[in-house]
Amino acid sequence: MMSFNQLIAIALAYVAFLFFVAFAAERRAARGQGGWLRLPIVYTLSLSIYCTAWTFYGAVGYAARSGLEFVTIYLGPTLVVVGWWWVLRRLVRIGRMQRITSIADLISSRFGKSTTLGVIVTIMAVIAATPYIALQLQSVTQSFQVFARAGGQDWGDVELNRAAVWIAIGLCFFTVLFGTRNLDANERHHGVVIAIAVEAVVKLVALLAVGIFVVWGLSDGAVAMLAEIEASPIADWTQSGSRWAALIFLSAAAFLCLPRMFQVLVVENADERHLQTASWAFPLYLLLMSLFVIPIAVVGLRVMPVGANPDLFVLTLPLSQGQQGLATLSFLGGFSSATSMVIVATIALSTMVSNHIVLPLWMRAGTTPGAIMSGDVRQVVVLARRLSIGGVLALGYLYFRLSGGGAALAAIGLVSFSGVVQVLPAMMGGIFWRGATRTGAILGLTSGFSVWVWCLFLPSFGEGAILSASVLANGPFGLTWLRPEALFGITGVDPVLHGLFWSLLLNTWLFFAGSVLSFPKPLERLQGAQFVNVFDHSPSGPAWTRSAATAEDLLIMSQRILGATHSQAIFARAAARQGKADTLPDVTPSFVAGLERELAGSVGAATAHAMIAQLTQGAAVTVDDLIALADETAQILEYSNRLQTKSAEQERTARALREANVKLMSLSEQKDAFLSQISHELRTPMTSIRSFSDILRMGNIEPRDTARMAGIINAEALRLTRLLDDLLDLSVLENGQVTLHMQHGLLSDLLDRAVDAAGHAPGALRIDRSGASHPLWLETDLDRLCQVFINLIANAAKYCSAPVPELRVLCHHINGRQVVDFIDNGRGIAAPDREVIFEKFSRLGDSSRAGGAGLGLAISKEIMTRLGGDVAYVPDQAGTCFRVTLPAIAPSAAKEVAVSATP
Amino acid sequence: MMCPVTGLPDLPPRLPVKPSLFLARDSYRQRRLRDAARMLPVLGAVIWLVPLLWQRGPGQTGGMAAAVVFVFSGWMVLIVLTALIARKLRPDDSAAIDPGTAP
Repeated sequence: MMSFNQLIAIALAYVAFLFFVAFAAERRAARGQGGWLRLPIVYTLSLSIYCTAWTFYGAVGYAARSGLEFVTIYLGPTLVVVGWWWVLRRLVRIGRMQRITSIADLISSRFGKSTTLGVIVTIMAVIAATPYIALQLQSVTQSFQVFARAGGQDWGDVELNRAAVWIAIGLCFFTVLFGTRNLDANERHHGVVIAIAVEAVVKLVALLAVGIFVVWGLSDGAVAMLAEIEASPIADWTQSGSRWAALIFLSAAAFLCLPRMFQVLVVENADERHLQTASWAFPLYLLLMSLFVIPIAVVGLRVMPVGANPDLFVLTLPLSQGQQGLATLSFLGGFSSATSMVIVATIALSTMVSNHIVLPLWMRAGTTPGAIMSGDVRQVVVLARRLSIGGVLALGYLYFRLSGGGAALAAIGLVSFSGVVQVLPAMMGGIFWRGATRTGAILGLTSGFSVWVWCLFLPSFGEGAILSASVLANGPFGLTWLRPEALFGITGVDPVLHGLFWSLLLNTWLFFAGSVLSFPKPLERLQGAQFVNVFDHSPSGPAWTRSAATAEDLLIMSQRILGATHSQAIFARAAARQGKADTLPDVTPSFVAGLERELAGSVGAATAHAMIAQLTQGAAVTVDDLIALADETAQILEYSNRLQTKSAEQERTARALREANVKLMSLSEQKDAFLSQISHELRTPMTSIRSFSDILRMGNIEPRDTARMAGIINAEALRLTRLLDDLLDLSVLENGQVTLHMQHGLLSDLLDRAVDAAGHAPGALRIDRSGASHPLWLETDLDRLCQVFINLIANAAKYCSAPVPELRVLCHHINGRQVVDFIDNGRGIAAPDREVIFEKFSRLGDSSRAGGAGLGLAISKEIMTRLGGDVAYVPDQAGTCFRVTLPAIAPSAAKEVAVSATP
Repeated sequence: MMCPVTGLPDLPPRLPVKPSLFLARDSYRQRRLRDAARMLPVLGAVIWLVPLLWQRGPGQTGGMAAAVVFVFSGWMVLIVLTALIARKLRPDDSAAIDPGTAP
């Protein structure tokens, strides 16, 4: 039989081993060799502080009393970790971006770096954690008691209390040593993390060993075990659905809200990707931890004497079978569970207490602005943390003494859980809903917490301890509707469910209503946006503008918090980033914001903000300015938008003007060209007339010459007249003032007239009219049409380049219209010239051969348009071909024509 | 059949490779993996609420062994699924980040 002293020795050796591991890890981390310290598996194992002595001992007791219900405590966290993509990823990212040091810091930072909220959450966390720490002390002392009894000593209350004191002191020593070494919480407690990872392995191995011993040693393997479960006192599957679902929810929420879980999940997280491994490895750990709970409970109920405490089956069962080694291992497992939880919980709580209660008080005490500069903040913080660790453990011990250590472990655990989940609405609202405000959070937290204290916490001390039996039965002052376990007279509900329901209901509703009805401060809104949009935002906090502080002031202050080496390194890095050779950077807004984040990593967001605010002399909180600036920016933006619209409009107008200008210019050019053409055309005959008339006036000329000169003058005068006629004609046609005289006539007659009128020398142009010999009646202004024909025939006579000029006149139908083609045997007209032949004064090639002014075709075109027909150049013929499309004949006119055509 | 020039067996006629209509397959798969990761806790909740639906006849007792087997098997299935998804998932893949725009 192992003596009790041997057990103490083993426990001390184990503690020494943990010290050594933690110390070695710190040494390696300090030398930068601790790569393996940041493995995902270490992170996963550190999460196992969720499994406390409550799990290790209490789960079996829970199972012995309520069957499978214990498993809900592990199903909830499994759901949270498996759903890491929803919440945990976001929490870890926010924690890294905002340098969050604790759950109180998260809430405070989110709601405008509020000191009030930090204080509220800290107080709540300390009160809710106290029963839990008491629970750990109780379980460790009870396990000592078991061994003491086995060794033949009888432990009474005195010995139990003495053991509890020593355990608390030992834990306090360990936590102070490894938990307050680094001030910057984001620098992580490598020693502690590695120690709890080792403890995680020990407790898993211990529980699995006991489980295997029970299933294959005390029972007959897995199948026989199932049969035994079915035959055991807890064989009935009569699970209350509401309790099952509520406990899964409660444990899931507590997993997120427990300060110690937040510490290992978010603060100690070295790499976001570790979540990926933990997402399946941690549920696996939980599964293995709960796998043998039911078998141990079932076998314990069978083997152990009636009345044995099922909470200690894990220990007493191997002991009763004489398995000393296994019992010792089991003892170490329970010891590990308790100590790792207490260590991390006290670190987390002491960080919260020092950052959110001690430091703000200390800063307020130093009323002069120089308080930051005169005191050594660093020592204050470290001292505050050490005292807080002691204080938290002392509270736990006090609760342990007060509650008498008699209540079932599981019940205390659930009460504690219900307390911490009061943070859930503010936390979830804070990271998913931008509309959540500080007022709402304060209302929700205080109301929910008050209900919890009244309905769950105070009754947990037991009847008569704090609340008298009469208050429990009849309510305070006889107000029965305020009975702690039957609010509003609703009785018969499970007390935990009852308290959880009312506290969370009130909490959530007040949080919501307070948020909806209040108006957030600018800093709250900025922080809200940063938290909710953490995956979109760059890590830029609210900027500090107009800083009155010098870099020296800031350096002195941060040295007091972060230590000289670290702060100087930060300042030098910032200076290097700004491209300065100096070690002191310029106090730019971004530098101050970055420094605030660094400080927040040590003393929490609210304190860091307040410290910077003190140094920058009231010019600090410029967030209101920022908002004003944002409004201003919006206005400027709108104004610039309007300007842009206007300028686009102006550009359109300008473009229209430019186009109009181009048109006008081209019109003006055309007019100029027209005028110069006209002048030129009028001048040429005028010059001849003037010079010949001068000669005639001088007299003394032979009559023959006189006659010749008079002939020339006459011809030129005729040409002038013709030109003026043409111009007049064109002007009349273009202005649409022409009156048409409709007549009947035969096309052939018209052609006769035209050929005669063209008046060319007979034989100069042979005209072949065989294609237009059939009789075709026309009804139009024959004189005008004749004018077009004359023009075309004259042109052919003038311009046809063939040695024997010949003009074919062809009459046929195209698309139901009568057309007359005038085709000569010349060269035709080059493509570029075809565009301009119908323009005024356009003459191709040698103008000397032309008798006219180049108005003929322009006039013909105008005439044909007026008559409702057309004249066009037809390319790709043997020679030059003009096609005259005759005006369409109205049906009645066509009939008349047909009648009159019959002789 | 031998190729007359090289003396090597003729290659089988190559099947025409139809170009995929869908380009960014990889980032699409990543987005769906994220959807799957989001659904895992829902799946877990459904699995563990099922035993509450079990009906018991009057006077019938037992059922604990079945409940234990069911709860733990479901747990194992969930762990395996989570592990499979977590191994494939690339949380930092910015190409797969879609604020609700990409389908």
